[in-house]
Amino acid sequence: MIKLSDVCKTFYLGDQAVHALDHINLQVEQGEYLSVMGPSGSGKSTLLNMIGLLDRPDSGSYWLSGTETAQLPEVQRAELRSQHIGFVFQAYHLVPRLNARENIELPMMLAGVKPAERRKLAQTVMERLAIGHRAEHLPRQMSGGERQRVAIARAIVRKPTILLADEPTGNLDSHAGEEVMRVLEQLNDEGITLFVVTHDMKLGARAKRHLRMVDGQIDADRVVEGNAIDSLEPAGA
Amino acid sequence: MLRSTDMIRFSWQVLVRHRFRSGMILLAMALGVASIIVLTALGEGARRYVLGEFSFLGDDVLIMLPGKKETTGGLPPLTGIAARDITLEDAQQLKHRFSGIESIAPIVLGSAEVSFQQRSRNITVLGSTSDLVTIRQLTLARGRNLETIDMGRASDECLLGQTLVEELFGSEPVVGSWVRARDYRCRVVGVIEGRGDAFGMDLSDTLVISVASAQRLFDTPGLFRIIMEIRPGFDMDEAKARILLIMKELHLGEEDVTLISPDALLSTFDNVLTAMTLGVAAIAAISMVVAGVLIMNIMLISVSQRTAEIGLLKALGASARDIQQLFLIESLIMSFAGATLGVMAGFGLVLTGRVLFPEVPFYTPLWALLGALTIAMIAGVGFAWGPAKQASRLLPVAALYQRR
Repeated sequence: MIKLSDVCKTFYLGDQAVHALDHINLQVEQGEYLSVMGPSGSGKSTLLNMIGLLDRPDSGSYWLSGTETAQLPEVQRAELRSQHIGFVFQAYHLVPRLNARENIELPMMLAGVKPAERRKLAQTVMERLAIGHRAEHLPRQMSGGERQRVAIARAIVRKPTILLADEPTGNLDSHAGEEVMRVLEQLNDEGITLFVVTHDMKLGARAKRHLRMVDGQIDADRVVEGNAIDSLEPAGA
Repeated sequence: MLRSTDMIRFSWQVLVRHRFRSGMILLAMALGVASIIVLTALGEGARRYVLGEFSFLGDDVLIMLPGKKETTGGLPPLTGIAARDITLEDAQQLKHRFSGIESIAPIVLGSAEVSFQQRSRNITVLGSTSDLVTIRQLTLARGRNLETIDMGRASDECLLGQTLVEELFGSEPVVGSWVRARDYRCRVVGVIEGRGDAFGMDLSDTLVISVASAQRLFDTPGLFRIIMEIRPGFDMDEAKARILLIMKELHLGEEDVTLISPDALLSTFDNVLTAMTLGVAAIAAISMVVAGVLIMNIMLISVSQRTAEIGLLKALGASARDIQQLFLIESLIMSFAGATLGVMAGFGLVLTGRVLFPEVPFYTPLWALLGALTIAMIAGVGFAWGPAKQASRLLPVAALYQRR
């Protein structure tokens, strides 16, 4: 369970203060499927990073499954991140010198899991995402869709409770994008909390709860039944 | 927490991937370590060489030179008269008056053309007594020592050095033959083995005759120096004082000779040469610091090139400490590999030096080896500390979303 209360984050561009997060209050239950939309610079990515413990609020508090994280030392935040959070990025962020399997093993390596166990878990996840035959390939030898699936495999191999996807289909063609989304949604069906940050209205509309951000504030927060695109406020309103 | 084997493997992959960068660090480190090993080996070799040259003299030997060497300041002599010679008579008187002298070898030096039949060579002629052989611990390859006679008496016996024997005699029998130096003729009674060297003087190329004959040959009343061996168990300081006192009496109350004991001479040389070795080691250590700065620079570049990766590792659950450790280990691997290469290269050069110049005992002292390795490790870790810290402090967000 996620709970943010009065979370603020301000960046400075020269003398100008940019309120990336402006008193954000948000509560998300385990297993929800949320999309975060809004114009560029509205604070979508900052919100995602805040939830993913990559960033620390200037003020306010953030409870992650009952733990107040804002004041935790970095080592413990890293540990929580390792246990609860999986990231999927637009640019995949695979380590180019490591092959698919090694990339997927990376979070387990950082957590100190034994090599034999790592290999087994990585193999299971790869087979599930249909990239088992790519295990020994380097990222540059794979297609975009395959790379993103390797990245997803890496994000979920530690069985996190929350999956944070920042424009997960942004670099993919519609076919590959559709496949990636199906994988993510299937994971959500199995109980993972899924956040998808996107500019793509169609993509955003697939979620069951729509967050809309403007100027660092949550402008709209709607729970929708079914896949109704028209339930979302038109962009730029 | 990362497992240490994973950490090493991960860093190793980074190093292998960036071959050029790793190669440069490796080279800098290896050069630093090798230069410490080679330079200290040179210094230590020189020290041992010099000590070896002097070690033939026991610590019960005193050397007397004409003239007073003032090392304690004071007014220079006002008379302007050259120091009085030490004469053969002085040597006789010393031996006669001071029972502490076990043996005494007055020395006259000059050069003359020495010939045997048609062959001749211009070489050093040394006048002394049979005591020279005992004090200098010379061995005779053939024949016997000079006859022991009163040092005032001229004798027609002589000793030859080995090189001279080869050049003048070839394969002809030496002992018993007569050689000529100017108008002086002498009979060879023995051949000095090896170099018999001392003070950089090579006795293998020398004719040794009785001191009185040498004085006549070179027409000189003065002695080049006197070498004395003091009776075992006799206090050296007291012996020195007694000898100086006798010389003062003989020279009408003027103390105009200098007495040197080889161990004092040796310890001076030893100090100077040790200081020199330390000096070159320090210079070499500076090259290690340069290597360290290079490591720091390359690590800094590496941090800025790998911000995205650092951010990613953090997003995947790496703590700041993990990141810092990864960078430190990377540098440690480099330093260790570089130092190992440097040690091998350094010792390779030292061994080559030993083969090329067998007379100089090149030797890298243990402190230099350990010091080089320690400095290499300290430089590697110390200079990587800053960049590693910087890497660990990178905000994962900034690192991940950096525009490229």
